[in-house]
Amino acid sequence: MPLELVKRDAPSQTMVVAAPFMALGLTILTAGITFAFMGLNPIEGLYEYFVAPLTELWSIHELLLKAGPLILIALGLSVCYRANIWNIGAEGQFTMGAIFGAIPPILFPDWTSWITLPMMLIMGMVGGALYASIPAFLKVKFRANEILTSLMLVYIALLILDYLVRGPWRDPGGFNFPESRNFSDEQSLATFEGSRLHWGIVLSFLAVPIMWFVMSRTLAGHAFKVIGEAPRAARFAGFSAKTLTYGALMFSGALAGLAGIMEVAGPIGELRPTISPGYGFTAIIVAFLGRLNPWGILFAGLLLSLSFLGGEAAQITLGLSDKMARVIQGLLLFFVLGCDTLIRYRVRLARPAQAKADTASTPEPVTREATDAA
Amino acid sequence: MLLEGILITIVGAATPIVLAAIGELVVERSGVLNLGVEGMMIMGAVVGFGVSLTTGNPYLGVVAGAFAGVGMALLFGFFTIYLASNQVATGLALTLLGLGLAGLIGESFVGTPGIKLEPITIPLLSTIPFIGPALFDRDILVYASFVIVAGVSYGLFKTRAGLILRATGENAEAAHALGRDVRRIRMAAVAFGGLCAGLGGAYLSLVLTAQWTEGMSAGRGWIALAIVVFATWLPWRALAGAYLFGGVIILQLHAQAFGIRIPPQAMTMLPYLATIIALVILSRNHALMRRNTPAALGRAFVPDR
Repeated sequence: MPLELVKRDAPSQTMVVAAPFMALGLTILTAGITFAFMGLNPIEGLYEYFVAPLTELWSIHELLLKAGPLILIALGLSVCYRANIWNIGAEGQFTMGAIFGAIPPILFPDWTSWITLPMMLIMGMVGGALYASIPAFLKVKFRANEILTSLMLVYIALLILDYLVRGPWRDPGGFNFPESRNFSDEQSLATFEGSRLHWGIVLSFLAVPIMWFVMSRTLAGHAFKVIGEAPRAARFAGFSAKTLTYGALMFSGALAGLAGIMEVAGPIGELRPTISPGYGFTAIIVAFLGRLNPWGILFAGLLLSLSFLGGEAAQITLGLSDKMARVIQGLLLFFVLGCDTLIRYRVRLARPAQAKADTASTPEPVTREATDAA
Repeated sequence: MLLEGILITIVGAATPIVLAAIGELVVERSGVLNLGVEGMMIMGAVVGFGVSLTTGNPYLGVVAGAFAGVGMALLFGFFTIYLASNQVATGLALTLLGLGLAGLIGESFVGTPGIKLEPITIPLLSTIPFIGPALFDRDILVYASFVIVAGVSYGLFKTRAGLILRATGENAEAAHALGRDVRRIRMAAVAFGGLCAGLGGAYLSLVLTAQWTEGMSAGRGWIALAIVVFATWLPWRALAGAYLFGGVIILQLHAQAFGIRIPPQAMTMLPYLATIIALVILSRNHALMRRNTPAALGRAFVPDR
């Protein structure tokens, strides 16, 4: 392919800002073309997806409601990804947070003091952090790849939740539906007058400036950046890779767990077999689109939440499958990653003459020993 | 009779994983880590199912499933190889896109019975006691999995092309200096990986269940990725590993038959737990891992000229 990447002397600061918007533009373009292929008016389709949900107050509430968990999980993931630790099991940590946090209201339903709810949130964070400590332990102790272990743990967490709500935690008065008992008011996050918005969402958005402060103004934040960008330098500076692996994974697990219990103690109000439309996976896209930066994540979280809402809206008004939202999300991540290349490289078309010149000589066979020695 | 039955189900459960794993093995040997196996597999499943349903010919479904896998792989290859994007993140993107796209395409197929790929009995061989019916009275994809594993094993270690492929995965700069077109070699490997994952996916919807359900790959693509590590990048070990896995998967069916009372969720959990355990056991052996892991795995290569 006559495509050539030329390394820039320094990362382009213009592109750092422009790349996510280019990716968004390309996604909208591709989505429009897809709508046209499906026999829809592309303008109408794009309007339903990206504009219509912003025109009514209740749907702006829903936007914030869905953006909350996405932002909270993505903030945690950004710490991992900065340290080059690939936690992709946030969906499992979210689920485990919901399960741990639901222990007080389900096993001790009559314990309703002012401390119940804070206790539930803390338990949720502990559950998420403990669950994320498993891949950390396996990585530190056995060098097992955290991508695969954290992902396998997602399936396991979902099955544990399924077992609990169909088995021991099922509501005895619930007509055999696979649901836990409903949480009482003291066990739920208070909502604002006349909406489904709850205090947990405020907490999620507050996490953005806090994270920005921690990452840019404290030693711990610096350590995570250095270990990802220059592991050797990090070792010389005395940052322990072991501690950082546990730290990054358990921190992101705690935030995902908090998001999990806030979802259950907020809009859902009980445990069910399905408590997430894939927040843990969508948050990966949020983290990358937000360029692993807290403010970027705020913007990206709102945008991805919009795509969920747009999917629901387009299903109702245009009869379009809600699966389309997932396709748009996947495309967006592709384009984000592709456009990131422009930060470090210039892309240009190669002249054909140069491409040919490389293949002239006949090389000696490369032996295993030779490459090992190199 | 019981043993024979067990062997038959093991091969059935293992074949999609064998196919996906052997493809990914070649991809990783070329130095590329494609985490999108799950996405390519599910696309193979839905496209294979749809084409076999509309044409009435499951063999066309197999071909179409393979092409769907290749198409997804080329998308991944263009981004990671020609645009040097992050391989881990792009692989995740491929999985997310594949799962979404497959759900969208397959929406109208839900609940429709499909066409099953019929077995082709091999005379004489299929009459061998125990292993005959399990290995030689099967559909074309099972045979294809044997041929591909044998071919990859021979190709990687006994041919010049295999040597070049492995050199690319060990040291892309050196291969480039010797005049090899690293990007084209890697692109070919990635496409082959997509082809195999697409075949594995087609097996799910044309043989294993002969219907389409959303998310029917159920993590098999990820298990295949783990099998490649478990096999320390050696083809025959990947086959053996996948069969071992097939054994774990069908354990749940037979444990229930023996009347062992365990919650069904615990049984469904087994393959995922086994994957973690297998990874831990293998990763502990640092010397073995270092000897076999392609040295350039996961690193983008940008030719300077």
